[in-house]
Amino acid sequence: MGLAAVLLVGAPFVLRGQTDCLSCHADKTLQDASGHSVGVDADKFHGSMHGSLICTDCHTSIKEYPHPDQPAPVKCASCHADQASAIGGSIHDGVSANPCTSCHGDAHAIFPKDDPRSAVYPLNIPRTCGTCHANEALAKKYGLQNVYATYMDSIHGYAVSKEGLLVAANCMSCHGSHNILSHKDPKSTTSRINVPNTCGACHGGVKDEYLSGVHGKSLAEGNQKVPVCTDCHTAHAILQPTEATFRMQSTPICGSCHKDQLATYRDTFHSQLGLLGGYVETARCWDCHGAHGVLPASDPASPVNKANLIKTCGRCHADANLSFVQYQPHANPHNRKLNPALYYVRTFMNLLLWGTLTFFTLHTLLWFIRAKIEQGKSAPGRIEQGKEAKHD
Amino acid sequence: MTEETGATPATASTELPEKLEQEKYYVRFTLPQRYLHAVLFSSFLGLAATGLPMRFSDNPAARLFASAVGGFGAILFFHKFCAIVLTLAFLFHLKDIFSRAFINKEKGMFWGPTSMVANWKDVQDLVGHIRWFLGLGPKPKFDRYAYWEKFDYWAVFWGMIVIGFSGYAMWFAPFFARFLPGWALNAVLVVHGEEALLAILFIFSIHFVNTHLRPGSFPMDMVIFSGKETEEEFKKKRALEYERVAAEGKLKTREGDKPVYWWINFAKVVGFTAIAIGLVLLVLTLIAYFGGA
Repeated sequence: MGLAAVLLVGAPFVLRGQTDCLSCHADKTLQDASGHSVGVDADKFHGSMHGSLICTDCHTSIKEYPHPDQPAPVKCASCHADQASAIGGSIHDGVSANPCTSCHGDAHAIFPKDDPRSAVYPLNIPRTCGTCHANEALAKKYGLQNVYATYMDSIHGYAVSKEGLLVAANCMSCHGSHNILSHKDPKSTTSRINVPNTCGACHGGVKDEYLSGVHGKSLAEGNQKVPVCTDCHTAHAILQPTEATFRMQSTPICGSCHKDQLATYRDTFHSQLGLLGGYVETARCWDCHGAHGVLPASDPASPVNKANLIKTCGRCHADANLSFVQYQPHANPHNRKLNPALYYVRTFMNLLLWGTLTFFTLHTLLWFIRAKIEQGKSAPGRIEQGKEAKHD
Repeated sequence: MTEETGATPATASTELPEKLEQEKYYVRFTLPQRYLHAVLFSSFLGLAATGLPMRFSDNPAARLFASAVGGFGAILFFHKFCAIVLTLAFLFHLKDIFSRAFINKEKGMFWGPTSMVANWKDVQDLVGHIRWFLGLGPKPKFDRYAYWEKFDYWAVFWGMIVIGFSGYAMWFAPFFARFLPGWALNAVLVVHGEEALLAILFIFSIHFVNTHLRPGSFPMDMVIFSGKETEEEFKKKRALEYERVAAEGKLKTREGDKPVYWWINFAKVVGFTAIAIGLVLLVLTLIAYFGGA
């Protein structure tokens, strides 16, 4: 032992295996000159993905003992070149000094992504991303919305965190991993043009329906103004379409483009009662027009095609008949050409309203003034009947 | 009004103690008529309070009210309930007119000084009244129903038909669609909303001031609650009717007991509550109308 100690301290020797390094670094309390932990959990490391590697495979600047106080940083890229170049072109490039371990965790305890111990195991991903993205200060620094909490409360977040559903969407499912790009980048999985494909990876049926509708077709032609999945469903909160909150907020979304239609809808009973809440069944845009595969009214497959109106209206109005569906859910009482009858009815009612009120307001006002004058003329303290004497 | 003119300060002071002791009361409205007014204004307030939030559903006050009472479902339920009450009151009134005119053969229902139907004198009264407002002539003398009272009556009558019909047309739209043209289903909402707005604005401003808040009646004309008015009020407000009844020697048959205190006090509480609710709704309506437009 004494000789060994002399050898260890006295003469440099080549490091060959893990045991050589671990004879010092297995001490978990070991720290370097600047106070960073340099201890390694040997058991965990041996069981990890990289457990069969020799320390110097990664810590390439260390060849022999004693080694320099500040060895060169480990380059994961020397093996994982593809991932490294993907990170290099991603939004996370340069954000962290240790981009790999930021997500994959302890370099000496990296497990395959289907191992529940892995930081990138589907059920662990939200927490892993959340280390930065749930951090208020970081979110502020990069001007990001703090979406972690919204996601965790969503149907996707619930499925992952509460049900442990491996196929439920986690951050990576939509954003990718090494190659994450800003949604403003057309190549991003979350760019407007790609959102239907990204969501469609799971929601295939809805994607097909969407792409067959006017919005989907227009998007395929490159029109990015059309609504994509996230415009209505949002990206992270993903509200249930049957819920009051979703139903209450959905109409203005369609109305942000279809302004005239929203304005005329606002004039109807559907809208008036819909806005008051507590009765969310009232017709919103997509109850009549369909949600994903919106088609022009001229298309025989459209729910608002003349031939389908009785069925569509009948979903709420059980007794809907041919004359009932003559009702115009977007009639404009201000437009004489399109809705002459309604225009004249409204004009007449308005004339009646303001004519009557104007006349009687003046009448009452003058009366009130005259009555006050007459009241003032009578001597103070005089009883009522004295007043009449003045104007006879 | 010559009789009253004779009430100089000297005679008034000698008459006063006697008057206070035996102040005479005359019946103006029957009990069913007073109940009708009570049912009318209660259900009208209910309809206005629940209808306005629907008409101005993007107004914050409307939404606050809606969320407080349980949303639109609760509002529409109460609206329909009040509508049925008011419809029944209206039908009761029609039945009353019918039996009075055709079964009891009451005279003067459709024509003459005690009728609700407008006549040439009403036009003269309107012109004369306005001349008096402007200081251009004497105050006209009115009969049993003055022209603005007739207008109030017919405005409500017409309003109930129009608002009632359009309301039921929306309630039972598929049924009404069998005999109404398509555009009418759109028109009924416009008609219902505008006519109701007129009714609300008219009742809560014009009717309130003309009948209750104007000098001479301020703060409330109790005759619709007690059914009776004093001889002095009768002479002053409806001089022609008083003179005519006196000339016919029928004043005695119109006399009634002095209204009891508890009833007057109760009526005041109810009446002032109604006026207060009405004025609050009036302000909210005006804010919603001019703020939201």
